[in-house]
Amino acid sequence: MIKKDKPNKVLILGSGALQIGQAGEFDYSGSQAIKALKEDRVRSVLINPNIATIQTSEDFADKVYFVPINSDSVERVIEKEQPDSILLQFGGQTALNVGVELYENGVLEKHNVKVLGTPIKSIIETEDRFLFVEKCNEIGLKVAESKTAQNIEEATAAAEEIGYPVMVRIAYALGGLGSGIVNNKGELVEKATKALKFTNQILIEESLEGWKEVEYEIVRDKYDNCVSICSMENVDPMGIHTGDSVVIAPVQTLTAKENFNLRSIGIKLIRHIGIIGECNIQYALDPESDDYRIIEVNARLSRSSALASKATGYPLAFIASKLALGYALNEIENNITKQTSACFEPSLDYVALKFPRWDLQKFQQVSTRLGSEMKSVGEVMSLGRSFEEVLQKSIRMLDVGLNGFVGNNLSFDDLDRELSEPTDKRIFAIAYALQNNYSVDEIHRLTKVTKWCLYKMKNIIETEKKLTGKALGKIDDSLMLEAKQNGFSDKQIGILTSTPHSVVRIYRKELGVLPVVKQIDTLAAEYPAQTNYLYFTYHGNEDDIELAQEDQIVVLGSGPYRIGSSVEFDWCCVTAVNSINSSGKKSIMINCNPETVSTDYDICNKLYFEELTMERVLDVYDKEKPFGLIVSMGGQVPNNLAIKLHNEGIKILGTSPEQIDNAESRHKFSKILDKLGIDQPEWTEVTTLEAAKEFAKEISYPVLIRPSYVLSGAAMSIVLTEDELERYLKKATDLDSEHPVVMSKFITDAKEIEVDAVAKDGELFCYAIAEHVENAGVHSGDATIVLPPQRTYLETMRRVKLITKQIAKALEISGPFNMQFIAKDNDVKVIECNLRASRSFPFVSKTLKINFIDIATRLILGEKVTKIDKSSFDLDYVGVKASQFSFTRLKGSDPVTGVEMSSTGEVACLGDDFNEAFLKSVLSTGQKIPEKAVLLSTGTPKNKAELLEDLLVLRDRGLKFYGTKSTADYYKLSGIDVEVLYRPYDETEPAILTCLAEGKIDVVINIPKTSEKVELDSDYIIRRKAVDLNIPLFTNVQATKRFIKALEQYQTEDLAVKSWDEYH
Amino acid sequence: MVGYPETLTDPSYRGQILVCTYPLIGNYGVPPKVFKDNLLTNYESDAIQCRGLIVSNYSYEYSHWSAERSLNEWLSDEKIPAITGIDTRMLTRNLREKGTMLGKIVIDENQKLEFTDPNKTNLVSEVSVKEPVEYKKGTKKIILVDCGTKNNIIRAFLGRDITVIRVPYDYDYSHIKADGILLSNGPGDPKMNIATIESAAKAMERNIPILGICLGSQILALAAGADTYKLKYGHRGLNQPCNEMGTKRSYITSQNHGYAVHSDSLPQDWREWFINDNDGTNEGLLHISKPFFAAQFHPEASPGPDDSEFIFDMFVRAISQSPSLNLPKGEVEKIVAL
Repeated sequence: MIKKDKPNKVLILGSGALQIGQAGEFDYSGSQAIKALKEDRVRSVLINPNIATIQTSEDFADKVYFVPINSDSVERVIEKEQPDSILLQFGGQTALNVGVELYENGVLEKHNVKVLGTPIKSIIETEDRFLFVEKCNEIGLKVAESKTAQNIEEATAAAEEIGYPVMVRIAYALGGLGSGIVNNKGELVEKATKALKFTNQILIEESLEGWKEVEYEIVRDKYDNCVSICSMENVDPMGIHTGDSVVIAPVQTLTAKENFNLRSIGIKLIRHIGIIGECNIQYALDPESDDYRIIEVNARLSRSSALASKATGYPLAFIASKLALGYALNEIENNITKQTSACFEPSLDYVALKFPRWDLQKFQQVSTRLGSEMKSVGEVMSLGRSFEEVLQKSIRMLDVGLNGFVGNNLSFDDLDRELSEPTDKRIFAIAYALQNNYSVDEIHRLTKVTKWCLYKMKNIIETEKKLTGKALGKIDDSLMLEAKQNGFSDKQIGILTSTPHSVVRIYRKELGVLPVVKQIDTLAAEYPAQTNYLYFTYHGNEDDIELAQEDQIVVLGSGPYRIGSSVEFDWCCVTAVNSINSSGKKSIMINCNPETVSTDYDICNKLYFEELTMERVLDVYDKEKPFGLIVSMGGQVPNNLAIKLHNEGIKILGTSPEQIDNAESRHKFSKILDKLGIDQPEWTEVTTLEAAKEFAKEISYPVLIRPSYVLSGAAMSIVLTEDELERYLKKATDLDSEHPVVMSKFITDAKEIEVDAVAKDGELFCYAIAEHVENAGVHSGDATIVLPPQRTYLETMRRVKLITKQIAKALEISGPFNMQFIAKDNDVKVIECNLRASRSFPFVSKTLKINFIDIATRLILGEKVTKIDKSSFDLDYVGVKASQFSFTRLKGSDPVTGVEMSSTGEVACLGDDFNEAFLKSVLSTGQKIPEKAVLLSTGTPKNKAELLEDLLVLRDRGLKFYGTKSTADYYKLSGIDVEVLYRPYDETEPAILTCLAEGKIDVVINIPKTSEKVELDSDYIIRRKAVDLNIPLFTNVQATKRFIKALEQYQTEDLAVKSWDEYH
Repeated sequence: MVGYPETLTDPSYRGQILVCTYPLIGNYGVPPKVFKDNLLTNYESDAIQCRGLIVSNYSYEYSHWSAERSLNEWLSDEKIPAITGIDTRMLTRNLREKGTMLGKIVIDENQKLEFTDPNKTNLVSEVSVKEPVEYKKGTKKIILVDCGTKNNIIRAFLGRDITVIRVPYDYDYSHIKADGILLSNGPGDPKMNIATIESAAKAMERNIPILGICLGSQILALAAGADTYKLKYGHRGLNQPCNEMGTKRSYITSQNHGYAVHSDSLPQDWREWFINDNDGTNEGLLHISKPFFAAQFHPEASPGPDDSEFIFDMFVRAISQSPSLNLPKGEVEKIVAL
């Protein structure tokens, strides 16, 4: 243990809600940092409003604050807690930015708070482009050249100096007018002239398009020892954000000389900058010579470092924390070998491949083109012993219905364009091109993907050709082994041979083609290692470890983060694993998401970093012979596997899979409700337009439509008229008997209520009722949720509870479950029931301080759990969960909420009353309190009237109003002055867009008139502009009203800074 | 994980079958044979020194701007057998538990193939130059006692403007005037090199700087009167951490050795300079009053990290402190063009 200068109390900044570019990886890094401090008996105070994280769980930090991460609230926590040190490297860009702000405004100095690890000066030198270039130049390292230009003369001069071809980058991307490469003066003048009409500054950059993009993770201690932990190579060359690139570790196509040269450059640079801890360095490497450019250095834990940790088994975040405390690298133990120190460079005897997960189809009007802005919402990592194996595995891990590199029903009309202008489907365009006999050279020319990767992809296509149309029985053991070694699943082989995958499995096992279990040990088997970090491969002859111990329980994880399923389910899985461990049984975790804590090998007895597919779960089952599987913690992915696994004879613990199926099947569940006499919104399934019209007429509009198969655009929608219905059904779906559409009555002005509960053998054990702030029509994943309910009638609550009890009994529930209700007056209808943990379990558990997942797990394991005292559910405080959106990142997307979920994360705050908790959580998602002016576009007359009273409050606070003519006319009558501005298509000043751009407006209230998202209307343009300029935007009447109400009661300085344990 | 052209031509691997722990091999092909200063660039000696190569997942197709041919073609040209599709992790675990052992690559099971034990042959004599060679640069000169030197050791000095006189391992170099002596790396048990040890002992009396690398470190230790032994787990790879004694500094080094110096057997005036952070075994020696020092690892890297390259700078500084010598012509018997 370190003695000299050891801090006493350390403040750690988290990263807040998950958003594109800053996701679950920071839960992993923050959790490890807290573990590292704990081991050294240093007290820790954590600020993070992301209540669903593992780092904010009990038994982690000594104090947890669910408050916004901004300099104002962090300063107040510092005043209160008086920490002597602060860690800024573990909360992503958010923490780093706030840290720099606190340093620059003198708060850290004033309160004597020392920054641990990399000094602030070094952080600033890596963040400020100008300083960074200067630092690199000082020691003769090469950085990509970039110059700004404000007119044609400057542009051509800059291009001449850099040398053609150059990249012309336009700071604000305007529709259709993007950045691009120009090869000569003529092209440059043409492009720059066009661009300068829209913007007053362009960037002229050295063109690195098509260069290889590689990254190194480097660690340095305060004694100047440096190690390079992991090298990574992007399969997609420069031009696509590394967060949107397929990445393989270690580097594959670099010679030893290139590799060690880049390693040396990295070490030289981080020594020069003075990093202490961990950092990431990105390079562009010329594919035709050994020339290179440094792209950037991230002086903090990052998405790449989380990936590197999982890819190597080297716990980067844990080590970085120890180094920040002052340890030397060789004073820290290597947790995997337990015999050697952290001062070494892992050697890999496998490959790791990261594949991004996009959810672009969830958004209207967003471009699917990939470029320098990250768009993916999650990622997976696969491990194996060949490129082919890891590529195919990773695609299956994405859980987007694709079977691998091949075996998907995808085709491309304009293939050359798909190859040269990358979208989220490019890798499949490559597969398609290879299948259609494009040569590797041709594909390389179009994609610039390194030929080596293309050759490997071609191997997969060759195997596919050998399998296609062959009778299963004609496949011999060598072809079967080839297929499995090239990553083919039983299902893919089944598709190619027209055989059910279960038959393929039996046949394959008869042939003796079986996978083996290998360890990740950081040292390529050259030292004995005690590691439980495992993967499957077909490139092997023996299992590394002893298998099939007694009392093993498998927990299935949640797979990649995506819209609708993220860190909440990881919290559930980790909590369940902890409960299994403390029950004396042995836990096995299966998951494939490198951004999670559940894939930290020290939380469970065995970690299989593997696919969550039938085939792989069966493989684990065959090898490990566990006592049973828990499928209720990882969200929908394991839930969907439940019945299939059950049918294969696998023991599922908790609620029976048949009952899960009863709840999942709309028809079966509806029948059960009818039998119990429980009300539900009227619904039907239609296969023709006529039937749809007829049903809609019968139940009257508006109706909710949910297609089973989606062509383009949002899957679910609310339609108000027959015209809309017809238009929607024609546009969005192929309506026929194969693809039915579910229609249900949409109840307007109704409230939504959710119940999270745990039952044992059909008896309700504990439950929590929460209400939505927004009226029904906003997806429950996007809604603001309040616990305990503030506005729901007691009678409604009573009914909700009764129905929950009835359902628990009817479905013989044993374990966690979630129910959603719609309530209007005292009328309660059931919308759906999930026999698994839901998104809100961590929120409910942490607000009530009753761990629902721990209880559920122990009940599932058959332990006795003491009944919870009723008074525990009586709270003297309120918890509010609010959603985080990433519209800013998704250029072009329409930033409104609707029946389809579009948020990427969430926060939750506690307060002494609703208004306080609500305001804190809204501020935690990055909204700001308006001080200048409001832009109004308040929708229908009904909406306008609803908001009247609240606008008066804003007026009394001295805020100015802007709005369209109709809005101004409406409110004038009520005594509110609204200055009239012109709409985008009027092209007349004073215009809305100009005022927004000039910073005159600091909040936009824009209530869409219909809930159907339509074409590019002027409201869309206003919303989009607000988001692009980072101006707070409200699109929901109820949320707007509650926000203004809260403002009426609270100023920021009135919001109490209280830690979690102070609420009791 | 990378560096097969360098590793396969490293004379220290003479007579051995090389097993790659990293599964994907051959990805970037093999570079052309280009000479600079009479030395092959990108290679550590003139030919493949291993007797065989075992990999898990050979890349039949390669791509790299600097490549001229595939690994397969190179191995075929030099008649070195190789095999792919092997569970090299399983093999590594076996080798780790049971130690380095005799092996053979059997293609046709009906064909009888006897084991040959490379340790029974004089490996060093196979890889050492037969006649002295001079690589001319600046006025400062060193004698490189070639027990199987890697080209990059020579390059390290040529790059620092030092002339290198490369002599056979058993050569009596006592008559050659020089500013320093370097005992190179090489294959096998150090104790087999009796002549080399004797010459080194004699050289120590000359009081000029001596640097030992890998096998050379063991030879220097034996010459000083210390002892060596066979390690249970030999050190191989590009990621071996070595701690500098008395400091908190640690370096990541490239290594390939199955023997080590017994630190307890060091004579009075010698100190341990480095130890391996993983198992505490000796990784370097220092004489407290004379300019003699040695590293068990490879400061010349290739392949590997260049963290410990400063050792060459130290040696060069030691050389610079002794008065420059004008070596009479004709002392070197013959210059062999490589």
